[in-house]
Amino acid sequence: MLELTVYGIVLGSIISLGAIGLTLVYGILRFGNFAHGDLMTVGAYVALFFVTGPLAWIGIPDTTFGPLSFGWRMLIAFPLAMLAVSGIAMLLDRALFQNLRNRGAGRVTLSMSALGASFIIRMGVLIIWGADYTFYRPGLIRPALDLPGGIKIRPDQIFILIAVAILVTALHFFLKKSRMGKAMRATSDNMELARLSGIEIQKVIYWTWGIGGALSAAAGILYGIDVQIHPGMGWNFLIPLFAAAILGGLGNVYGALVGGLIIGVVQQVSTAFLLPTYKPAVAFIIMIVLLLIRPQGIFGRSSR
Amino acid sequence: MQIGGILAYLVSFAIMATIYAVFSLGLNIQWGYTGLFNIGIAGFFAIGAYMSSLITMPKPTGMYAEYVNVLFALNLPFPVGLIGAAVMCGIIAFLIGIPTLKLGEDYLAIATIGIAETVRLIFNNEQWLANGPRGFAGMPQPLSGLVEARNYNYIYLIIVVLVLVILYLLTERAIRSPWGRVLRAIREDEVSASMSGKKIASFKMQAFVFGAMIMGIGGALYAHYTKAISPNVFTPLYGTFIIWVMVIAGGSGNNKGVILGAFVVWAIWIGTQFITDYLPYTLKARAPYIRFLIIGILLELILLYRPRGLLGEEKAISRMME
Repeated sequence: MLELTVYGIVLGSIISLGAIGLTLVYGILRFGNFAHGDLMTVGAYVALFFVTGPLAWIGIPDTTFGPLSFGWRMLIAFPLAMLAVSGIAMLLDRALFQNLRNRGAGRVTLSMSALGASFIIRMGVLIIWGADYTFYRPGLIRPALDLPGGIKIRPDQIFILIAVAILVTALHFFLKKSRMGKAMRATSDNMELARLSGIEIQKVIYWTWGIGGALSAAAGILYGIDVQIHPGMGWNFLIPLFAAAILGGLGNVYGALVGGLIIGVVQQVSTAFLLPTYKPAVAFIIMIVLLLIRPQGIFGRSSR
Repeated sequence: MQIGGILAYLVSFAIMATIYAVFSLGLNIQWGYTGLFNIGIAGFFAIGAYMSSLITMPKPTGMYAEYVNVLFALNLPFPVGLIGAAVMCGIIAFLIGIPTLKLGEDYLAIATIGIAETVRLIFNNEQWLANGPRGFAGMPQPLSGLVEARNYNYIYLIIVVLVLVILYLLTERAIRSPWGRVLRAIREDEVSASMSGKKIASFKMQAFVFGAMIMGIGGALYAHYTKAISPNVFTPLYGTFIIWVMVIAGGSGNNKGVILGAFVVWAIWIGTQFITDYLPYTLKARAPYIRFLIIGILLELILLYRPRGLLGEEKAISRMME
């Protein structure tokens, strides 16, 4: 059980990264971005492309770092994929959501458009890479470390926790210290007031998409390192992502972080009693129970 | 012979388009008239299909029983299957509506995605319920004794069109009634509707349940047409997304529009099959993805350039005013 909890924290940290992006976008634009899970998928596949494509061609060695299952190729591909998905997310805003906002379309239309975008993205992934399950590095034995308490954990999983901690800390300082981070928080609190005080809203929106996209790419890659990648992975994450974001209070970044960890642990612990394929359903049940008893989330304010 | 082939093709096209028109009517009640954002149609599709199959199928016997596990098989007539499908979907919609309808649209949306995925997971994993991932086949078809098996589709086309016409008349009557006016008032402005003394939550629930029941009937019609179902039929793409495209393309808030939308979008969907026939051999295996990509792009283009759809919303006035 303790072991499952540790695995749950690993899974939860990945969910947190996705949920933070989701909640950032919700905080600024006030609509549910149903394409967020599929941004994770794209991130994972773009990294696969870099690892097996350009980085291999220019002669980056294929050796791994000690006990980890990846090496320089993945470490270089990681930020490249984050950057690429940032671009894709901004492109989505430019091509779709911006036009809809300018027309004064309601948030449901935006959500619908996001759902359409999620299918377009997934079909793109399927057309380019096919429907198979893929490993970043097939057929490698990854020995587990023994932790006190009889917990077996793979070095990769420790890397995942460290990577999430670094990204979340970086985001924290960005939001608290940088000009753009402050502008984002101001816009999230009150867009009209932010506009009046001279903040360029469209720039803030691009940054929001950029950060959300980058974080979801990171989440997708980390999941790929931990488990494997396939075109439906992001869609399967959609319910846990929303459950985590709602749990933390939509729009609340730190809430999404905690929400993600809770959802991850509960999902993983549930596999002691239920088939692992029921994980999305477990997240769904948590979400429904939450909506019944505390719809504004654990950290949400009861009314705005 | 050639003409017979084309005719048979057209009939099977019309049957599927009509079944999708039934789903579109259900979604139009929820979304078009009431503004309820249900993106888990696939869940109601599946529940309707399974429910009607289990109600109408005879209990598996002999060798077949070795391979097929079902919770029950009642061997009742087709109309009972349709009603059972509708009732079951209504109950599920009621249960999902309780926590979500009083919250914002986004919550209902993600909750309906959740229910659709959960339904699919349950049918996939619970062997005892409906034979797990393999699904089952052999649903009885109504009036199948009347004609030769190869001509049966003509009969079935008449049945589905009849069901569609009945549902169309029913929904038209409903939305032109005072009840329908309240739904549209809620969609336009919840606050002012509630200030007029209307119980918002109750009306939303009624519209949600009514729409889900129609979707259940759609699912049942599908199961008795294909005579074989398994959980992987009811994917978000095939079971939810395409129906949304139909409703938005035809014109949400217009029953004639969404029926037209169902036929047009189904024709485009079938038409893309011919395009993908010309693909190079290496891309052949990925043809379905290309077809769905086209449907996705179609949706975005409609949302961007023709948000009111082909027909736009129809002005619905009381019958007393006509």
